[in-house]
Amino acid sequence: MADLRSNFVGIKSPNPFWLASAPPTDKAYNVVRAFKAGWGGVVWKTLGEDPPIVNVNGPRYGAMWSNDRRLIGLNNIELITDRPLDVNLREIKEVKRDWPDRAMVVSLMVPCEEQNWINILKQVEDTEADGIELNFGCPHGMSERGMGAAVGQVPEYVEMVTRWCKQHTNMPVIVKLTPNISDIRVPARAANAGGADAVSLINTITSIMSVNLDTFAPEPTIDGKGTHGGYCGPAVKPIALNMVSKIATDAETAKLPISGIGGVTTWRDAVEYLALGCGNVQVCTAAMTYGFKIVEDMIDGLSEYMDDKGFTDVEEIVGKAVPNVTDWQYLNLNHITKAVIDQDMCIKCGRCHIACEDTSHQAITSMLDGERHYEVIDEECVGCNLCVNVCPVENCITMEEMTEGVDPRTGTPISDEYANWTTHVNNPSSPNFIPAKSVEPAV
Amino acid sequence: MAENGQRADIKSGRLDADDYVRNFSDAYPLLNKREAFVESERCYFCYDAPCVQACPTSIDIPQFIRQIATDNPDGSAKTIFEQNILGGMCARVCPTEQLCEEVCVREVAEGKPVKIGQLQRYATDQYMAHKAQPFERAAPTGKKVAVVGAGPAGLSCAHRLASHGHDVVLFDAREKAGGLNEYGIAAYKTTNNFAQAEVDFVLGIGGITLETGKALGRDVTLSQLRKDYDAVFLGAGLGGVNALGLPGEDADGVMDAVSYIEDLRQTDQLDTLPVGRKIVVIGGGMTATDIANQTKRLGAEDVTIVYRRGQDRMNASDKEQKFAQTTGVTIRTFAAPKELVANGSVRAITFETMQDDNGKLVGTGETFTLEADMVFKAIGQTLHSAELGSDFSDVELERGRIHVDENRKTNLPDVWAGGDCISDGDDLTVIAVEDGKIAAENINSFLKA
Ligand SMILES: Cc1cc2nc3c(=O)[nH]c(=O)nc-3n(C[C@H](O)[C@H](O)[C@H](O)COP(=O)(O)OP(=O)(O)OC[C@H]3O[C@@H](n4cnc5c(N)ncnc54)[C@H](O)[C@@H]3O)c2cc1C
Ligand SMILES: Cc1cc2nc3c(=O)[nH]c(=O)nc-3n(C[C@H](O)[C@H](O)[C@H](O)COP(=O)(O)O)c2cc1C
Ligand code: SF4
Ligand code: SF4
Ligand code: SF4
Repeated sequence: MADLRSNFVGIKSPNPFWLASAPPTDKAYNVVRAFKAGWGGVVWKTLGEDPPIVNVNGPRYGAMWSNDRRLIGLNNIELITDRPLDVNLREIKEVKRDWPDRAMVVSLMVPCEEQNWINILKQVEDTEADGIELNFGCPHGMSERGMGAAVGQVPEYVEMVTRWCKQHTNMPVIVKLTPNISDIRVPARAANAGGADAVSLINTITSIMSVNLDTFAPEPTIDGKGTHGGYCGPAVKPIALNMVSKIATDAETAKLPISGIGGVTTWRDAVEYLALGCGNVQVCTAAMTYGFKIVEDMIDGLSEYMDDKGFTDVEEIVGKAVPNVTDWQYLNLNHITKAVIDQDMCIKCGRCHIACEDTSHQAITSMLDGERHYEVIDEECVGCNLCVNVCPVENCITMEEMTEGVDPRTGTPISDEYANWTTHVNNPSSPNFIPAKSVEPAV
Repeated sequence: MAENGQRADIKSGRLDADDYVRNFSDAYPLLNKREAFVESERCYFCYDAPCVQACPTSIDIPQFIRQIATDNPDGSAKTIFEQNILGGMCARVCPTEQLCEEVCVREVAEGKPVKIGQLQRYATDQYMAHKAQPFERAAPTGKKVAVVGAGPAGLSCAHRLASHGHDVVLFDAREKAGGLNEYGIAAYKTTNNFAQAEVDFVLGIGGITLETGKALGRDVTLSQLRKDYDAVFLGAGLGGVNALGLPGEDADGVMDAVSYIEDLRQTDQLDTLPVGRKIVVIGGGMTATDIANQTKRLGAEDVTIVYRRGQDRMNASDKEQKFAQTTGVTIRTFAAPKELVANGSVRAITFETMQDDNGKLVGTGETFTLEADMVFKAIGQTLHSAELGSDFSDVELERGRIHVDENRKTNLPDVWAGGDCISDGDDLTVIAVEDGKIAAENINSFLKA
């Protein structure tokens, strides 16, 4: 049985599954239920200064569904906690006392003045929480007040506030990053420079969920108007994974611990975050969709997976995929693959054909001797994988590597040597560059 | 063996009121919006889709299903009506398991086809509930066409002709239009008077004058129609039924399935229909399964279909056969009727068991007898050509039905025909619709030439 215990920047928890700072962690009642269900830790819903903010009294959520009503993406216009500070602090203290083995991290967001941070840090310390998370991410409502994403989008502020916190408390400081910026490495480097113990990402992505076509208002709609919210759930996972990998592979931040957030719904999602360098994961939407019980399978699935693979400690997975993340220019251009269709599995829907025919390389037949027949024409196939992605039958089309002979498309012999763009003859900055022949204008 | 003196047990009102309602309600209820969304998502939007090729009217199935999936159900219904103006009825009565759904790639792959018929019904029902038929007539051509028979073939032909700007007079011998949609299809397939609603929908295009109670051969002659109109379409269906050819066939209780179903379809008080306790149905097609199911649902205790060949040779699809069996109908195969036992009214029927001798059906000499209060003949219908007038002999027949070319044109230069009355094609609603459509297109070219 694999050991799922986690130690993230000195914060211990029985497993690496934490609930992200959000409604599931807004009060003792929810958090106690979460701990009973088996969650390893929580980041308490973001605290601010009194008087508490107020939330809208209409709908705060919007969603994207598949046709069978599975929730794919969730969008919200909720703010930080709307309960008085002392109530939250008292509850945090009680819950931590009753659940000493669980991670209790407190998310914070106060105005960008040193004294404000000093005040709140002292109050949090008194709860005996395990650490703090700086919410520099919330994209709506708070940023208009110069907090949340408004701080997260300015690297100098990120660094400054992080430094204040490190200076005024001994608790580990996790900086939660907003994805609403063009290069995630910049605020990550700033947090690192400010002395952060870790970063966590992503917070929600600025979004408009949908537009009502009768009222012509964005949804969710409140009294005829709508505003942008923050997007999360399964749909944001690929974006978050990429951002995580950028931090994990950046020379400056490669050693900075990461708490992975964004669309984690299953143990598999969690392992992917771990493999890309996260020490643990945080979950919000999946819990809001299914309730706290989902952690059972996260724990169980992770443990089965680790046993299967022979991992005994979660740490062994962390960063395992990082060395395989590279830049496009280093991909091996001599690696030739062709699509191959398993005729026994093919159900003859023709989707591969029409996708390749209309939008790619005209490399799949549709007829043979008057019968529906789908077969790859190696002379045309560029190995793009589109047909694999559109085929409704899993594993019916596979990409097979050519290891010998000649690529029938290019007529080039297959080479087992590695060669990438940096040395390619078409690359103007490569030593092997051969300029295109210039065509003399006719006189 | 029935005692000769005992009276046949035939009576009405065998069931409670609730049972009638339950037994004759929609066999396959309408999908709700969510079900339709989920089901539509199962369609792969195939390239050169096999389902389209298998639809006799060539409805663009992946397209209409996609329109359901994108929440464009009116667009979806229009896609259907473009090819098949009776798409609403076809969605209810098509044996999809032998047509589009049989070749759906998901049927082939996993034995679970996309429910094309039910999706079609979802689209067309919701459309018909709030909108009129969507087509506009072309500018009037001044041409007049007589359409004989207001069944699926005639309605489809008339609608298409009207859309091309021709004026149509639609004659039907009966009181109501609709043909077998109104008088023949099983009650639980077309509830809530859908057949008449659909007739109104089709006629909504305008330019079609419906003349009910006007029979070819009785009230009008073919020669007269050819004189008064620029073209004639014959879609009179099959007015006759095959006989068993056994002595005693005229005994009380030996009945023709089609006419019993007609009574059933026309009554609004099912509890007034007399039905036997023990029923034997002879035949293997959809008429046989339909009469068996419906008499069973009227409260008959024992209903047996007897077919002379094997179950695999029955014209009724597997699905229809299974449906009958779940209704509680017994199906016996390889037995041919030999003798009717009657004492004024029928009491029993004796069969000889048959065997397949290298494709030839031969009697074994062994017999068995089934008690019966009613025996239904469901062994096929015939063209009632003798009733269609003396000049109908000008029309060339083939195997007892009207001979047509691929444009549904008869041997006469201005007469077309389609539906059950022609010698080609299966006797299905959807095929009748296609015949009417093809004929209308050809008549249109003829009239515009
Ligand atoms: C009991 C039964 C159940 C069936 N179930 C199904 C089913 O579930 N699915 C399916 O696809 N098919 C089914 N069919 C077959 C289907 O109903 C027919 O194939 C279809 O109705 C043929 O259409 P039609 O227009 O050719 O003929 P009909 O529907 O028979 O219409 C012919 C019309 O012509 C009229 N007519 C007849 N003689 C004259 C005349 N001399 N002058 C003027 N008008 C005349 C009739 O009154 C009638 O209205 C069933 C048939 C029967 C008998
Ligand atoms: C309704 C709602 C409220 C949230 N409130 C906060 C918050 O107060 N503080 C914070 O740091 N993140 C907040 N988040 C962001 C989540 O903590 C998390 O970063 C994000 O939802 C991505 O994870 P997920 O895809 O698992 O939901 C909120 C998310 C939702 C859906
Ligand atoms: S891999 Fe790309 S090019 Fe090759 S057959 Fe598939 S879709 Fe066409
Ligand atoms: S998409 Fe897949 S199943 Fe469909 S025809 Fe192509 S290979 Fe066959
Ligand atoms: S064959 Fe089936 S999956 Fe393919 S288009 Fe037709 S209904 Fe859809």
